[in-house]
Amino acid sequence: MSTAPTLVVEDLKTWFYTKAGVVKAVDGVSFRAEAGKIVGLVGESGSGKTVTGFSIIGLVDPPGRIEGGRILFKGRNLVGLTEEELRKLRGSRIAMIFQDPMMTLNPVLRIETQMVEAVRAHVDVSEAEARRRARDALGQVGIPSPEERLKAYPHQFSGGMRQRVAIAIALINKPDLIIADEPTTALDVTIQAQILFEVQKLCRQTGTALIWITHDLSVVASLADEVCVMYAGKIVEQGTVDDVLDRPAHPYTHGLMCSVPSANRRGAPLRQIPGVMPSLLDLPSGCSFRPRCSRADGACLEPPPMAPVGPGRLARCFHPLHGEGV
Amino acid sequence: MTVFIIRRVMQSILVLFVMSLLVFVGVYAIGNPVEIFVAADADQAERARVIAALGLDKPLWEQYLLFIRNAVMGDLGKSFVFNQPALGLILQRMPATLELAFTAMVIALALGIPLGMYAGFRPQSRIAKAIMAGSILGFSLPTFWVGLMLIMVFAVELGWLPSTGRGATAEVFGIETSLATWDGLSHVLLPALNLALFKLSLVIRLTRAGMRENMLMDYVKFARAKGLTMRRVVFVHVLKNIMIPIVTVVGLELGSVIAFAVVTETVFAWPGMGKLIIDSINNLDRPVIVAYMLITVTMFIVINLVVDVLYSVLDPRVRLADMKG
Repeated sequence: MSTAPTLVVEDLKTWFYTKAGVVKAVDGVSFRAEAGKIVGLVGESGSGKTVTGFSIIGLVDPPGRIEGGRILFKGRNLVGLTEEELRKLRGSRIAMIFQDPMMTLNPVLRIETQMVEAVRAHVDVSEAEARRRARDALGQVGIPSPEERLKAYPHQFSGGMRQRVAIAIALINKPDLIIADEPTTALDVTIQAQILFEVQKLCRQTGTALIWITHDLSVVASLADEVCVMYAGKIVEQGTVDDVLDRPAHPYTHGLMCSVPSANRRGAPLRQIPGVMPSLLDLPSGCSFRPRCSRADGACLEPPPMAPVGPGRLARCFHPLHGEGV
Repeated sequence: MTVFIIRRVMQSILVLFVMSLLVFVGVYAIGNPVEIFVAADADQAERARVIAALGLDKPLWEQYLLFIRNAVMGDLGKSFVFNQPALGLILQRMPATLELAFTAMVIALALGIPLGMYAGFRPQSRIAKAIMAGSILGFSLPTFWVGLMLIMVFAVELGWLPSTGRGATAEVFGIETSLATWDGLSHVLLPALNLALFKLSLVIRLTRAGMRENMLMDYVKFARAKGLTMRRVVFVHVLKNIMIPIVTVVGLELGSVIAFAVVTETVFAWPGMGKLIIDSINNLDRPVIVAYMLITVTMFIVINLVVDVLYSVLDPRVRLADMKG
């Protein structure tokens, strides 16, 4: 059991039944997250990366539903568990951090209340003990004078400090897996760098597996070990960060890399990917990326399978690039 | 906080002053009470005697100044009809109205918040739709008609509850109240229900709207991601947020429930202030009308102040010192 990965997602399908039709927000996603390692889940808005995160923690709200696949958390399948069984895992074994720190903390409750309840929802400890753990968790994420800050309300913190509080709440029960949904997007760059550094350090120290959901490739480059690139509900490429970002195999990943501003192309216009992501209600037949892809041909009218393109890496493409670089 | 309250009191005095002037002039303009109090066949000397006794022989501005001078010393004048101090007359009937209003408000909140929360939590369910349909009825049916129907069903047909009047009272902490006896309670139930119906609908709608809005907030999802039970998320996290608009509206409505219990009091022959003011207006009994208005305005002012203070308790982002009065 100890050698098994913390999380194995197999062929996960999360669909939303709307009036306009079935939205296949997540359609056959497979990946794994190992203890102490960081997996970056990258994609545009609407690619299904956030829904993947909510599926794992069991917080997909109607009209959404997990339609198929397995989510093996330390060998146990989470799909089909009752609400109460999921609740016991949430916040204790699997924690989640959200994008907007201004919105995630309840504005009318003290930090103390919100932290103590997170502890006492899972372990039967005294108020004082829960409070002590809360104080330690705040100290751990670098909040000065945590004892006094416990008494404060969320509006008395800056954005960066609030996100630290949210991270402290996620860490408080020493979870095995943390899902971070764009937690640094709303923060300014210097705070972002500090938080990335600290989260990375904490994961390595505690052996927590981390899934980092983002659209920011530079964050993934500096943080993650593995990366999965999502497009229209499917993973189109996965592998180690160095492989995928330095020598992308899928034309979409290549396009993403080309559209990142960087110092060595100063002055040159950014190369954008032509077109926009198709509506999930009206996907093109075959490869979803086909209409925007310069390499597409007749073969792409069939849906491409996930195929190996090198040692330890996969891509969903009939015409992968071979180490052209960016 | 202290500065805030002092500023509020100063403003309140100004409001009371302006209000008394308006009512004074207003009642003067409606008609001459002498025509009502003096018998039609009274001679000129008798007429002059009554006018002098009521203090109506002086010009209006002098009457008003006299009123203000007495009012500052706590004397709001004597009723033309009863020849008793107006303030005493009103205060004597006030407990009956207050207990009716508070019972109505308690019913509105005790039923309205749970019903509204359910309707907001499961908006698609049949029960939720039934609750919302019921609240539309509560809004649109006229109070007097509902009162008559309540009397017909529960007092006349079923005979469960008495139809009119105030029951036996008992003294609790020095206040005569009918809420302390079974007979009193059975008397207050129907009129309170009648008075509560409109507010109940209001509370249901407010709570439901707040519930639906707040359940979609990120803090709810985050609270659930912490592994809290749905019960704790709803009753601690969401409830505390939706209480903010409810306290505001209910606070303001409490004043109007007290001031406008007139219809219900008339239908159920409830011996409260509402009935007194209607009679006084009919008789142009100016001291009672002015005193009633002053008391009502004071009540509104006090309630608003309490709401503002409660606000800062409920919402830590509100600090009274920052509020501009």
